[in-house]
Amino acid sequence: MNYQPSSHDFVVENPEQQTFFVNREVFVSDDVLEHEKRAVFDRCWIYVGHASEIKNPGDFKTRPIAGRPIIFCRDREGEVHALINCCRHRGALVCREREGNARQFYCMYHGWTYHPDGRLKSVPGADAYGSAFDQKEMGLVAVPRLEAYRDFYFANFDRDAVDLQTYLGKAKDYIDLVIDQSPSGKMQIIAGTQEYDIRANWKLLVENSVDDYHLISTHSTWLNYMRNSGVNVTPPKGELLPTRGFGRDLGNGHLTTDNPNYRGRPVARWISVYGEDAKADIEAMRNELVGRLGSARAARVADTNRNLCIFPNLVINDGSSVTVRHFYPIAPDRMHVTAWALGPVEETEAQRARRLHAFLTFYGPGGFATPDDVAALEAAQLGFAAWREVPWSDLSRGMGKASDQQLATDEGHLRVFWRKWSEMMEARA
Amino acid sequence: MNEIVATTVSRAEVEDLFYHEADLLDSWRLDEWLTLLTDDAAYYVPPNDRPDADARYTLFTIADDMVRLRERVIRLKDPNCHAEYPLSRTRRLIGNVRITGIESDVISAAANFIIHRFRHNDLLRVFVGHYRYKLKRQGGRLKIAERRAILDAEELGLLGSVSFIL
Repeated sequence: MNYQPSSHDFVVENPEQQTFFVNREVFVSDDVLEHEKRAVFDRCWIYVGHASEIKNPGDFKTRPIAGRPIIFCRDREGEVHALINCCRHRGALVCREREGNARQFYCMYHGWTYHPDGRLKSVPGADAYGSAFDQKEMGLVAVPRLEAYRDFYFANFDRDAVDLQTYLGKAKDYIDLVIDQSPSGKMQIIAGTQEYDIRANWKLLVENSVDDYHLISTHSTWLNYMRNSGVNVTPPKGELLPTRGFGRDLGNGHLTTDNPNYRGRPVARWISVYGEDAKADIEAMRNELVGRLGSARAARVADTNRNLCIFPNLVINDGSSVTVRHFYPIAPDRMHVTAWALGPVEETEAQRARRLHAFLTFYGPGGFATPDDVAALEAAQLGFAAWREVPWSDLSRGMGKASDQQLATDEGHLRVFWRKWSEMMEARA
Repeated sequence: MNEIVATTVSRAEVEDLFYHEADLLDSWRLDEWLTLLTDDAAYYVPPNDRPDADARYTLFTIADDMVRLRERVIRLKDPNCHAEYPLSRTRRLIGNVRITGIESDVISAAANFIIHRFRHNDLLRVFVGHYRYKLKRQGGRLKIAERRAILDAEELGLLGSVSFIL
Protein backbone atom coordinates (compact mmCIF):
# COMPACT_ATOMS: atom_id res chain seq x y z
CA MET A 1 0.00 0.00 0.00
CA ASN A 2 1.39 3.39 -0.96
CA TYR A 3 1.62 6.16 1.60
CA GLN A 4 0.67 8.80 -0.95
CA PRO A 5 -2.52 8.63 -3.03
CA SER A 6 -2.79 7.94 -6.73
CA SER A 7 -6.06 9.85 -6.93
CA HIS A 8 -6.58 12.96 -9.03
CA ASP A 9 -8.65 14.70 -6.38
CA PHE A 10 -7.34 17.89 -4.82
CA VAL A 11 -7.90 16.79 -1.23
CA VAL A 12 -7.47 13.13 -0.34
CA GLU A 13 -8.21 11.88 3.14
CA ASN A 14 -7.63 8.31 4.30
CA PRO A 15 -8.72 7.74 7.93
CA GLU A 16 -7.50 4.12 8.02
CA GLN A 17 -4.02 5.10 6.98
CA GLN A 18 -4.28 8.31 8.99
CA THR A 19 -3.25 10.41 6.02
CA PHE A 20 -4.44 13.70 4.57
CA PHE A 21 -2.99 15.06 1.34
CA VAL A 22 -3.54 18.19 -0.72
CA ASN A 23 -2.58 18.21 -4.37
CA ARG A 24 -0.22 21.07 -5.14
CA GLU A 25 -2.04 21.87 -8.35
CA VAL A 26 -4.38 23.93 -6.12
CA PHE A 27 -1.50 26.36 -5.50
CA VAL A 28 -0.42 26.90 -9.11
CA SER A 29 -3.47 26.57 -11.35
CA ASP A 30 -5.20 29.56 -12.96
CA ASP A 31 -8.32 27.44 -13.38
CA VAL A 32 -8.43 26.61 -9.68
CA LEU A 33 -8.04 30.29 -8.82
CA GLU A 34 -10.87 31.39 -11.12
CA HIS A 35 -13.06 28.68 -9.68
CA GLU A 36 -12.16 29.73 -6.11
CA LYS A 37 -13.20 33.29 -6.80
CA ARG A 38 -16.70 32.16 -7.75
CA ALA A 39 -17.15 29.08 -5.57
CA VAL A 40 -15.48 30.35 -2.37
CA PHE A 41 -14.96 34.11 -2.26
CA ASP A 42 -18.30 34.97 -3.87
CA ARG A 43 -20.24 32.71 -1.51
CA CYS A 44 -18.60 33.38 1.86
CA TRP A 45 -18.78 36.34 4.22
CA ILE A 46 -15.67 38.36 3.39
CA TYR A 47 -14.19 40.85 5.84
CA VAL A 48 -14.54 44.46 4.72
CA GLY A 49 -13.44 46.59 7.65
CA HIS A 50 -13.99 47.70 11.22
CA ALA A 51 -16.49 50.34 12.33
CA SER A 52 -13.71 52.31 14.06
CA GLU A 53 -12.05 52.98 10.71
CA ILE A 54 -14.98 55.14 9.62
CA LYS A 55 -15.92 56.76 12.88
CA ASN A 56 -17.55 59.98 11.68
CA PRO A 57 -20.32 60.69 9.17
CA GLY A 58 -18.76 61.01 5.71
CA ASP A 59 -15.66 58.96 6.59
CA PHE A 60 -14.60 56.49 3.93
CA LYS A 61 -11.89 53.99 3.08
CA THR A 62 -11.42 52.50 -0.36
CA ARG A 63 -10.09 48.97 -0.67
CA PRO A 64 -10.47 45.91 -2.85
CA ILE A 65 -12.81 43.31 -1.33
CA ALA A 66 -13.13 39.93 -3.06
CA GLY A 67 -11.51 41.52 -6.09
CA ARG A 68 -13.96 44.44 -6.36
CA PRO A 69 -13.14 48.09 -5.71
CA ILE A 70 -15.15 48.98 -2.61
CA ILE A 71 -15.90 52.19 -0.74
CA PHE A 72 -16.40 51.35 2.92
CA CYS A 73 -18.12 54.44 4.30
CA ARG A 74 -20.46 56.02 6.79
CA ASP A 75 -23.20 58.25 5.46
CA ARG A 76 -24.43 61.54 6.93
CA GLU A 77 -26.94 59.69 9.11
CA GLY A 78 -24.27 57.38 10.51
CA GLU A 79 -25.26 54.30 8.50
CA VAL A 80 -22.39 52.09 7.27
CA HIS A 81 -22.20 51.07 3.59
CA ALA A 82 -19.98 49.02 1.33
CA LEU A 83 -20.50 50.53 -2.12
CA ILE A 84 -19.01 49.28 -5.32
CA ASN A 85 -16.64 52.00 -6.48
CA CYS A 86 -17.80 52.07 -10.07
CA CYS A 87 -19.74 54.83 -11.80
CA ARG A 88 -23.11 53.70 -13.15
CA HIS A 89 -22.52 55.76 -16.27
CA ARG A 90 -19.29 54.46 -17.80
CA GLY A 91 -17.64 52.58 -14.95
CA ALA A 92 -14.81 54.77 -13.66
CA LEU A 93 -13.90 54.79 -9.97
CA VAL A 94 -15.90 57.56 -8.31
CA CYS A 95 -13.43 57.77 -5.44
CA ARG A 96 -9.72 57.54 -6.11
CA GLU A 97 -8.41 58.40 -2.67
CA ARG A 98 -7.32 55.85 -0.09
CA GLU A 99 -9.35 57.45 2.69
CA GLY A 100 -10.97 60.66 3.80
CA ASN A 101 -14.22 62.37 4.61
CA ALA A 102 -16.56 63.08 1.73
CA ARG A 103 -19.72 65.12 1.28
CA GLN A 104 -20.15 63.35 -2.06
CA PHE A 105 -18.39 61.04 -4.49
CA TYR A 106 -17.68 62.77 -7.76
CA CYS A 107 -16.85 60.86 -10.93
CA MET A 108 -14.11 62.80 -12.65
CA TYR A 109 -14.93 61.32 -16.06
CA HIS A 110 -18.32 62.95 -16.78
CA GLY A 111 -19.17 64.55 -13.50
CA TRP A 112 -21.84 62.24 -12.10
CA THR A 113 -22.10 62.82 -8.36
CA TYR A 114 -23.23 60.44 -5.62
CA HIS A 115 -24.25 60.92 -1.99
CA PRO A 116 -22.15 59.12 0.69
CA ASP A 117 -25.02 56.62 1.03
CA GLY A 118 -24.68 55.81 -2.69
CA ARG A 119 -27.74 57.66 -4.06
CA LEU A 120 -27.16 59.48 -7.33
CA LYS A 121 -27.12 63.19 -6.58
CA SER A 122 -26.67 64.89 -9.92
CA VAL A 123 -26.01 64.20 -13.59
CA PRO A 124 -24.73 66.98 -15.85
CA GLY A 125 -27.15 67.37 -18.77
CA ALA A 126 -29.70 64.90 -17.38
CA ASP A 127 -32.27 66.12 -19.93
CA ALA A 128 -30.47 64.17 -22.68
CA TYR A 129 -31.80 60.87 -21.28
CA GLY A 130 -35.10 59.27 -22.19
CA SER A 131 -38.10 58.90 -19.90
CA ALA A 132 -36.95 55.47 -18.66
CA PHE A 133 -33.92 57.03 -17.01
CA ASP A 134 -34.66 57.17 -13.28
CA GLN A 135 -32.02 58.85 -11.13
CA LYS A 136 -33.38 57.08 -8.04
CA GLU A 137 -32.35 53.73 -9.47
CA MET A 138 -28.93 54.81 -10.66
CA GLY A 139 -27.10 55.05 -7.36
CA LEU A 140 -23.83 53.27 -6.66
CA VAL A 141 -24.41 49.54 -6.33
CA ALA A 142 -24.00 48.27 -2.79
CA VAL A 143 -22.50 44.87 -2.05
CA PRO A 144 -25.43 42.41 -2.07
CA ARG A 145 -25.16 41.78 1.68
CA LEU A 146 -23.39 43.73 4.42
CA GLU A 147 -23.58 42.65 8.05
CA ALA A 148 -21.54 43.25 11.18
CA TYR A 149 -20.61 41.31 14.25
CA ARG A 150 -19.28 43.48 17.10
CA ASP A 151 -18.01 46.18 14.73
CA PHE A 152 -16.41 43.77 12.25
CA TYR A 153 -18.15 44.31 8.90
CA PHE A 154 -18.42 41.54 6.33
CA ALA A 155 -19.83 41.50 2.81
CA ASN A 156 -21.37 38.64 0.92
CA PHE A 157 -21.77 38.59 -2.85
CA ASP A 158 -24.29 35.76 -2.56
CA ARG A 159 -27.76 37.19 -1.81
CA ASP A 160 -28.93 33.80 -0.56
CA ALA A 161 -26.16 33.25 1.97
CA VAL A 162 -27.01 32.49 5.61
CA ASP A 163 -26.80 35.50 7.91
CA LEU A 164 -23.40 36.49 9.29
CA GLN A 165 -24.02 35.35 12.88
CA THR A 166 -25.05 31.89 11.71
CA TYR A 167 -22.04 31.79 9.39
CA LEU A 168 -19.60 32.75 12.16
CA GLY A 169 -21.10 30.24 14.60
CA LYS A 170 -18.60 29.23 17.26
CA ALA A 171 -16.02 31.65 15.88
CA LYS A 172 -18.05 34.39 17.58
CA ASP A 173 -16.86 33.13 20.98
CA TYR A 174 -13.26 33.70 19.93
CA ILE A 175 -14.02 37.19 18.60
CA ASP A 176 -15.68 37.90 21.96
CA LEU A 177 -12.52 36.79 23.77
CA VAL A 178 -10.52 39.39 21.85
CA ILE A 179 -13.03 42.15 22.55
CA ASP A 180 -13.22 41.28 26.25
CA GLN A 181 -9.81 42.97 26.59
CA SER A 182 -11.66 46.25 26.48
CA PRO A 183 -13.48 47.43 29.63
CA SER A 184 -16.13 49.08 27.44
CA GLY A 185 -16.29 46.23 24.92
CA LYS A 186 -15.01 48.57 22.24
CA MET A 187 -11.91 47.90 20.19
CA GLN A 188 -10.42 50.06 17.50
CA ILE A 189 -8.19 49.65 14.50
CA ILE A 190 -5.03 51.61 15.23
CA ALA A 191 -3.75 53.99 12.54
CA GLY A 192 -1.02 52.64 10.28
CA THR A 193 -1.62 49.94 7.68
CA GLN A 194 0.74 47.16 6.70
CA GLU A 195 0.09 46.23 3.09
CA TYR A 196 2.40 43.84 1.35
CA ASP A 197 2.36 41.16 -1.30
CA ILE A 198 3.55 37.61 -0.80
CA ARG A 199 4.60 35.72 -3.89
CA ALA A 200 2.72 32.63 -2.85
CA ASN A 201 -0.74 31.16 -3.04
CA TRP A 202 -3.21 32.71 -0.59
CA LYS A 203 -4.13 29.37 1.00
CA LEU A 204 -0.57 29.00 2.26
CA LEU A 205 -1.12 32.01 4.50
CA VAL A 206 -4.22 30.42 6.00
CA GLU A 207 -2.12 27.39 6.87
CA ASN A 208 0.84 29.43 8.08
CA SER A 209 -1.24 31.72 10.31
CA VAL A 210 -2.39 28.84 12.50
CA ASP A 211 0.41 26.30 12.04
CA ASP A 212 2.42 26.06 15.25
CA TYR A 213 4.52 23.18 13.97
CA HIS A 214 6.79 25.65 12.15
CA LEU A 215 7.58 27.85 15.14
CA ILE A 216 10.90 26.38 16.24
CA SER A 217 12.42 25.99 12.77
CA THR A 218 11.07 29.13 11.10
CA HIS A 219 11.20 31.51 14.07
CA SER A 220 14.30 30.56 16.02
CA THR A 221 15.67 34.11 15.73
CA TRP A 222 12.52 35.48 17.36
CA LEU A 223 12.82 32.85 20.10
CA ASN A 224 16.44 33.93 20.61
CA TYR A 225 15.32 37.52 21.01
CA MET A 226 12.76 36.49 23.62
CA ARG A 227 15.38 34.38 25.39
CA ASN A 228 17.93 37.21 25.31
CA SER A 229 15.25 39.42 26.85
CA GLY A 230 14.75 37.04 29.76
CA VAL A 231 11.60 35.23 28.63
CA ASN A 232 11.52 31.46 29.13
CA VAL A 233 10.79 29.99 25.73
CA THR A 234 12.43 26.61 26.13
CA PRO A 235 10.01 23.76 25.41
CA PRO A 236 9.77 21.15 28.19
CA LYS A 237 11.32 17.80 27.32
CA GLY A 238 9.34 15.95 24.67
CA GLU A 239 7.32 19.03 23.63
CA LEU A 240 7.63 21.07 20.44
CA LEU A 241 6.56 24.36 22.01
CA PRO A 242 7.04 26.10 25.37
CA THR A 243 3.39 25.36 26.22
CA ARG A 244 0.98 22.71 25.02
CA GLY A 245 -1.89 24.22 23.05
CA PHE A 246 -4.64 22.96 20.84
CA GLY A 247 -5.99 23.40 17.33
CA ARG A 248 -9.77 23.76 17.27
CA ASP A 249 -12.46 23.17 14.69
CA LEU A 250 -15.07 25.94 15.06
CA GLY A 251 -17.38 24.68 12.33
CA ASN A 252 -18.13 26.17 8.88
CA GLY A 253 -14.43 26.08 8.02
CA HIS A 254 -13.44 28.43 10.86
CA LEU A 255 -10.59 27.33 13.09
CA THR A 256 -8.27 28.53 15.79
CA THR A 257 -5.27 27.71 17.86
CA ASP A 258 -5.79 27.93 21.58
CA ASN A 259 -2.51 28.09 23.49
CA PRO A 260 -1.46 28.84 27.06
CA ASN A 261 0.55 32.06 26.74
CA TYR A 262 4.31 32.16 27.28
CA ARG A 263 5.23 35.19 25.19
CA GLY A 264 3.53 37.97 27.13
CA ARG A 265 0.34 39.85 26.39
CA PRO A 266 -0.28 43.59 26.55
CA VAL A 267 -3.56 42.59 28.30
CA ALA A 268 -2.59 41.39 30.82
CA ARG A 269 0.48 39.24 31.24
CA TRP A 270 3.81 40.84 31.91
CA ILE A 271 7.10 39.68 30.44
CA SER A 272 10.55 41.17 30.94
CA VAL A 273 10.54 42.71 27.43
CA TYR A 274 7.95 45.25 28.64
CA GLY A 275 10.31 46.56 31.33
CA GLU A 276 9.89 46.80 35.10
CA ASP A 277 7.94 50.05 34.75
CA ALA A 278 5.07 48.25 33.09
CA LYS A 279 4.60 45.64 35.81
CA ALA A 280 2.21 47.59 38.05
CA ASP A 281 0.15 48.82 35.13
CA ILE A 282 -0.32 45.32 33.75
CA GLU A 283 -1.22 44.07 37.22
CA ALA A 284 -3.90 46.78 37.39
CA MET A 285 -5.23 45.76 33.99
CA ARG A 286 -5.34 42.21 35.22
CA ASN A 287 -7.33 43.25 38.28
CA GLU A 288 -9.78 45.15 36.09
CA LEU A 289 -10.28 42.01 34.00
CA VAL A 290 -10.87 39.83 37.06
CA GLY A 291 -13.29 42.38 38.54
CA ARG A 292 -15.26 42.64 35.33
CA LEU A 293 -15.17 39.09 34.04
CA GLY A 294 -14.39 36.87 37.02
CA SER A 295 -11.10 35.04 37.44
CA ALA A 296 -11.79 32.17 35.04
CA ARG A 297 -12.81 34.36 32.11
CA ALA A 298 -10.03 36.84 32.91
CA ALA A 299 -7.49 34.02 32.70
CA ARG A 300 -9.02 32.94 29.41
CA VAL A 301 -8.59 36.48 28.03
CA ALA A 302 -5.17 37.23 29.49
CA ASP A 303 -3.41 33.87 29.58
CA THR A 304 -4.22 32.32 26.22
CA ASN A 305 -3.09 33.13 22.70
CA ARG A 306 -5.46 32.43 19.86
CA ASN A 307 -4.80 32.59 16.13
CA LEU A 308 -8.30 32.62 14.67
CA CYS A 309 -9.06 32.04 11.01
CA ILE A 310 -12.50 33.06 9.79
CA PHE A 311 -13.02 31.11 6.58
CA PRO A 312 -11.74 31.86 4.03
CA ASN A 313 -9.34 34.81 4.37
CA LEU A 314 -9.55 36.70 7.67
CA VAL A 315 -7.07 36.03 10.44
CA ILE A 316 -7.26 37.59 13.89
CA ASN A 317 -4.16 36.77 15.88
CA ASP A 318 -4.51 37.49 19.57
CA GLY A 319 -0.96 36.80 20.64
CA SER A 320 1.93 39.17 21.35
CA SER A 321 -0.59 41.84 20.35
CA VAL A 322 -3.78 41.70 18.27
CA THR A 323 -3.47 41.73 14.50
CA VAL A 324 -6.34 41.73 12.05
CA ARG A 325 -5.26 40.70 8.59
CA HIS A 326 -6.96 39.66 5.42
CA PHE A 327 -5.61 38.65 2.07
CA TYR A 328 -6.76 38.05 -1.46
CA PRO A 329 -5.16 36.33 -4.43
CA ILE A 330 -3.85 38.45 -7.29
CA ALA A 331 -2.58 35.38 -9.14
CA PRO A 332 -2.10 31.71 -8.16
CA ASP A 333 1.40 32.59 -6.96
CA ARG A 334 0.72 36.00 -5.46
CA MET A 335 -1.49 37.46 -2.75
CA HIS A 336 -2.04 40.91 -1.34
CA VAL A 337 -2.04 41.11 2.47
CA THR A 338 -3.46 43.95 4.55
CA ALA A 339 -2.84 43.98 8.29
CA TRP A 340 -3.76 46.24 11.18
CA ALA A 341 -3.28 46.37 14.92
CA LEU A 342 -6.41 46.27 17.09
CA GLY A 343 -6.57 47.66 20.62
CA PRO A 344 -9.05 48.66 23.34
CA VAL A 345 -10.33 52.21 22.79
CA GLU A 346 -9.57 53.21 26.37
CA GLU A 347 -5.88 52.30 26.38
CA THR A 348 -3.58 54.91 27.90
CA GLU A 349 -0.70 56.29 25.88
CA ALA A 350 1.74 53.99 27.68
CA GLN A 351 -0.47 50.94 27.16
CA ARG A 352 -0.93 51.73 23.48
CA ALA A 353 2.80 52.22 22.98
CA ARG A 354 3.47 48.88 24.71
CA ARG A 355 0.90 47.13 22.51
CA LEU A 356 2.46 48.52 19.35
CA HIS A 357 5.98 47.67 20.50
CA ALA A 358 4.87 44.11 21.26
CA PHE A 359 3.19 43.90 17.86
CA LEU A 360 6.35 44.82 15.97
CA THR A 361 8.51 42.35 17.85
CA PHE A 362 6.79 39.49 16.08
CA TYR A 363 4.33 40.63 13.42
CA GLY A 364 4.47 42.52 10.19
CA PRO A 365 6.82 43.06 7.28
CA GLY A 366 9.52 44.52 9.55
CA GLY A 367 8.91 42.19 12.51
CA PHE A 368 11.20 39.46 13.81
CA ALA A 369 8.92 36.66 12.57
CA THR A 370 6.60 37.57 9.69
CA PRO A 371 9.39 38.11 7.12
CA ASP A 372 10.52 34.54 7.76
CA ASP A 373 6.97 33.28 7.28
CA VAL A 374 6.91 35.12 3.97
CA ALA A 375 10.24 33.50 3.05
CA ALA A 376 8.84 30.06 3.93
CA LEU A 377 5.70 30.57 1.84
CA GLU A 378 7.68 31.87 -1.11
CA ALA A 379 10.07 28.93 -0.84
CA ALA A 380 7.09 26.56 -0.89
CA GLN A 381 5.63 28.30 -3.92
CA LEU A 382 8.95 27.94 -5.76
CA GLY A 383 8.96 24.25 -4.91
CA PHE A 384 5.46 23.86 -6.35
CA ALA A 385 6.89 24.42 -9.83
CA ALA A 386 7.47 20.66 -9.60
CA TRP A 387 3.85 19.93 -8.65
CA ARG A 388 3.52 17.29 -11.34
CA GLU A 389 6.52 15.31 -10.10
CA VAL A 390 6.05 15.96 -6.36
CA PRO A 391 2.30 16.42 -6.18
CA TRP A 392 1.27 16.03 -2.55
CA SER A 393 1.42 18.32 0.46
CA ASP A 394 1.14 16.27 3.64
CA LEU A 395 -1.23 17.48 6.36
CA SER A 396 -1.55 14.21 8.26
CA ARG A 397 -0.18 15.24 11.66
CA GLY A 398 -2.45 14.10 14.44
CA MET A 399 -4.81 12.17 12.12
CA GLY A 400 -5.02 9.34 14.63
CA LYS A 401 -6.27 11.55 17.47
CA ALA A 402 -9.77 12.60 18.47
CA SER A 403 -10.74 16.09 17.33
CA ASP A 404 -10.54 17.56 20.84
CA GLN A 405 -7.01 16.19 21.26
CA GLN A 406 -5.52 17.92 18.22
CA LEU A 407 -2.49 19.94 19.28
CA ALA A 408 -1.66 23.29 17.72
CA THR A 409 1.45 21.52 16.38
CA ASP A 410 -0.77 18.91 14.74
CA GLU A 411 -2.58 19.70 11.54
CA GLY A 412 -6.15 18.95 12.55
CA HIS A 413 -7.16 22.61 12.40
CA LEU A 414 -5.49 23.01 8.98
CA ARG A 415 -7.56 20.09 7.76
CA VAL A 416 -10.69 21.97 8.87
CA PHE A 417 -9.87 24.65 6.30
CA TRP A 418 -9.13 22.16 3.56
CA ARG A 419 -12.28 20.12 4.10
CA LYS A 420 -14.44 23.24 3.85
CA TRP A 421 -12.48 24.51 0.83
CA SER A 422 -12.88 21.16 -0.91
CA GLU A 423 -16.59 21.00 -0.11
CA MET A 424 -17.21 24.48 -1.55
CA MET A 425 -15.12 23.84 -4.64
CA GLU A 426 -17.00 20.62 -5.35
CA ALA A 427 -20.44 22.07 -4.62
CA ARG A 428 -19.96 24.49 -7.48
CA ALA A 429 -18.26 22.04 -9.87
CA MET B 1 29.57 73.52 24.53
CA ASN B 2 27.69 71.04 22.34
CA GLU B 3 25.71 73.85 20.83
CA ILE B 4 28.80 75.62 19.65
CA VAL B 5 30.27 72.47 18.15
CA ALA B 6 26.97 71.49 16.55
CA THR B 7 26.45 74.75 14.79
CA THR B 8 29.72 74.32 12.99
CA VAL B 9 28.81 71.05 11.30
CA SER B 10 29.27 71.05 7.56
CA ARG B 11 27.28 69.26 4.91
CA ALA B 12 30.45 67.46 3.84
CA GLU B 13 30.76 65.96 7.31
CA VAL B 14 27.14 64.80 7.26
CA GLU B 15 27.60 63.37 3.76
CA ASP B 16 30.71 61.47 4.87
CA LEU B 17 28.71 59.91 7.70
CA PHE B 18 25.83 58.92 5.41
CA TYR B 19 28.09 57.48 2.73
CA HIS B 20 30.08 55.55 5.31
CA GLU B 21 26.86 54.23 6.82
CA ALA B 22 25.58 53.20 3.39
CA ASP B 23 28.78 51.30 2.75
CA LEU B 24 28.60 49.48 6.09
CA LEU B 25 24.96 48.50 5.51
CA ASP B 26 25.54 47.38 1.91
CA SER B 27 28.48 45.25 3.03
CA TRP B 28 26.53 43.83 5.99
CA ARG B 29 29.12 45.09 8.51
CA LEU B 30 26.31 45.54 10.99
CA ASP B 31 28.31 45.52 14.22
CA GLU B 32 30.42 48.36 12.90
CA TRP B 33 27.26 50.10 11.80
CA LEU B 34 25.90 49.95 15.35
CA THR B 35 28.90 51.97 16.54
CA LEU B 36 27.64 54.89 14.44
CA LEU B 37 24.58 55.13 16.67
CA THR B 38 24.15 56.69 20.10
CA ASP B 39 23.24 54.37 22.99
CA ASP B 40 19.68 55.68 22.99
CA ALA B 41 19.19 55.76 19.24
CA ALA B 42 15.99 54.81 17.45
CA TYR B 43 15.30 53.47 13.97
CA TYR B 44 11.92 53.97 12.33
CA VAL B 45 10.20 52.91 9.15
CA PRO B 46 6.74 54.52 9.26
CA PRO B 47 3.77 52.84 7.62
CA ASN B 48 3.32 53.81 3.98
CA ASP B 49 -0.08 55.38 4.61
CA ARG B 50 1.10 57.48 7.59
CA PRO B 51 4.61 58.65 6.66
CA ASP B 52 4.63 61.48 9.22
CA ALA B 53 3.15 59.56 12.13
CA ASP B 54 4.36 59.02 15.70
CA ALA B 55 5.25 55.43 16.62
CA ARG B 56 3.60 55.75 20.04
CA TYR B 57 0.15 55.97 18.47
CA THR B 58 0.63 54.40 15.06
CA LEU B 59 1.46 50.93 13.81
CA PHE B 60 4.82 51.29 12.08
CA THR B 61 6.66 48.86 9.87
CA ILE B 62 9.69 49.19 12.15
CA ALA B 63 10.07 51.15 15.39
CA ASP B 64 13.22 49.94 17.13
CA ASP B 65 14.73 51.29 20.27
CA MET B 66 18.40 50.45 20.76
CA VAL B 67 17.64 47.22 22.64
CA ARG B 68 15.60 45.86 19.79
CA LEU B 69 17.91 47.23 17.15
CA ARG B 70 20.82 45.29 18.67
CA GLU B 71 18.61 42.21 18.67
CA ARG B 72 17.74 42.90 15.03
CA VAL B 73 21.44 42.85 14.18
CA ILE B 74 21.87 39.56 16.07
CA ARG B 75 18.97 38.18 14.05
CA LEU B 76 20.30 39.44 10.72
CA LYS B 77 23.64 37.73 11.32
CA ASP B 78 21.94 34.40 12.07
CA PRO B 79 21.55 31.96 9.16
CA ASN B 80 18.13 31.19 10.62
CA CYS B 81 17.01 34.66 9.64
CA HIS B 82 15.38 33.07 6.61
CA ALA B 83 14.22 36.31 5.02
CA GLU B 84 17.87 37.33 4.74
CA TYR B 85 19.55 34.00 4.19
CA PRO B 86 21.24 33.87 1.81
CA LEU B 87 21.88 37.58 2.38
CA SER B 88 20.39 39.91 -0.15
CA ARG B 89 22.72 42.19 -2.08
CA THR B 90 21.84 45.81 -1.66
CA ARG B 91 23.23 48.94 -3.22
CA ARG B 92 22.13 52.28 -1.91
CA LEU B 93 22.51 55.65 -3.53
CA ILE B 94 22.24 58.55 -1.13
CA GLY B 95 21.65 62.02 -2.49
CA ASN B 96 20.18 65.46 -1.88
CA VAL B 97 21.86 65.57 1.52
CA ARG B 98 20.84 68.63 3.49
CA ILE B 99 21.19 69.94 7.00
CA THR B 100 17.63 70.87 7.85
CA GLY B 101 18.00 72.33 11.32
CA ILE B 102 20.15 72.68 14.39
CA GLU B 103 18.54 72.87 17.77
CA SER B 104 20.59 72.69 20.96
CA ASP B 105 22.88 69.68 20.43
CA VAL B 106 20.68 68.00 17.80
CA ILE B 107 21.44 68.37 14.12
CA SER B 108 18.60 67.46 11.80
CA ALA B 109 19.56 66.24 8.37
CA ALA B 110 17.75 64.74 5.43
CA ALA B 111 18.71 62.73 2.36
CA ASN B 112 17.05 60.83 -0.45
CA PHE B 113 17.74 57.18 -1.05
CA ILE B 114 17.36 54.56 -3.74
CA ILE B 115 18.14 51.04 -2.61
CA HIS B 116 18.24 48.26 -5.15
CA ARG B 117 17.90 44.89 -3.53
CA PHE B 118 18.82 41.66 -5.28
CA ARG B 119 18.26 38.22 -3.88
CA HIS B 120 18.71 34.68 -5.10
CA ASN B 121 15.36 33.28 -6.35
CA ASP B 122 13.78 36.69 -6.03
CA LEU B 123 12.75 39.77 -7.97
CA LEU B 124 14.71 42.98 -8.04
CA ARG B 125 13.03 45.18 -5.46
CA VAL B 126 13.66 48.93 -5.46
CA PHE B 127 13.15 50.88 -2.23
CA VAL B 128 12.86 54.62 -2.85
CA GLY B 129 12.37 57.24 -0.19
CA HIS B 130 14.01 59.75 2.07
CA TYR B 131 15.79 59.73 5.38
CA ARG B 132 15.31 62.06 8.28
CA TYR B 133 18.14 61.97 10.76
CA LYS B 134 18.85 63.39 14.15
CA LEU B 135 22.58 63.59 14.73
CA LYS B 136 24.56 64.37 17.85
CA ARG B 137 28.21 65.00 18.39
CA GLN B 138 29.71 62.65 20.96
CA GLY B 139 33.42 62.71 21.78
CA GLY B 140 34.02 64.79 18.68
CA ARG B 141 32.30 62.22 16.49
CA LEU B 142 29.04 62.79 14.69
CA LYS B 143 26.62 60.04 15.76
CA ILE B 144 23.14 58.98 14.77
CA ALA B 145 20.53 59.52 17.48
CA GLU B 146 17.57 58.78 15.25
CA ARG B 147 17.10 57.59 11.72
CA ARG B 148 13.79 57.47 9.95
CA ALA B 149 13.54 55.80 6.54
CA ILE B 150 10.36 56.98 4.84
CA LEU B 151 9.33 55.01 1.79
CA ASP B 152 7.60 56.73 -1.13
CA ALA B 153 5.66 53.62 -2.19
CA GLU B 154 1.93 53.97 -1.47
CA GLU B 155 2.04 50.50 0.04
CA LEU B 156 4.79 47.92 0.45
CA GLY B 157 3.16 45.76 -2.23
CA LEU B 158 5.83 43.97 -4.20
CA LEU B 159 8.56 45.35 -1.97
CA GLY B 160 7.31 42.63 0.37
CA SER B 161 9.13 42.54 3.70
CA VAL B 162 11.50 45.14 5.05
CA SER B 163 13.86 42.45 6.29
CA PHE B 164 17.17 44.27 5.83
CA ILE B 165 18.04 47.64 7.35
CA LEU B 166 16.84 50.47 5.12
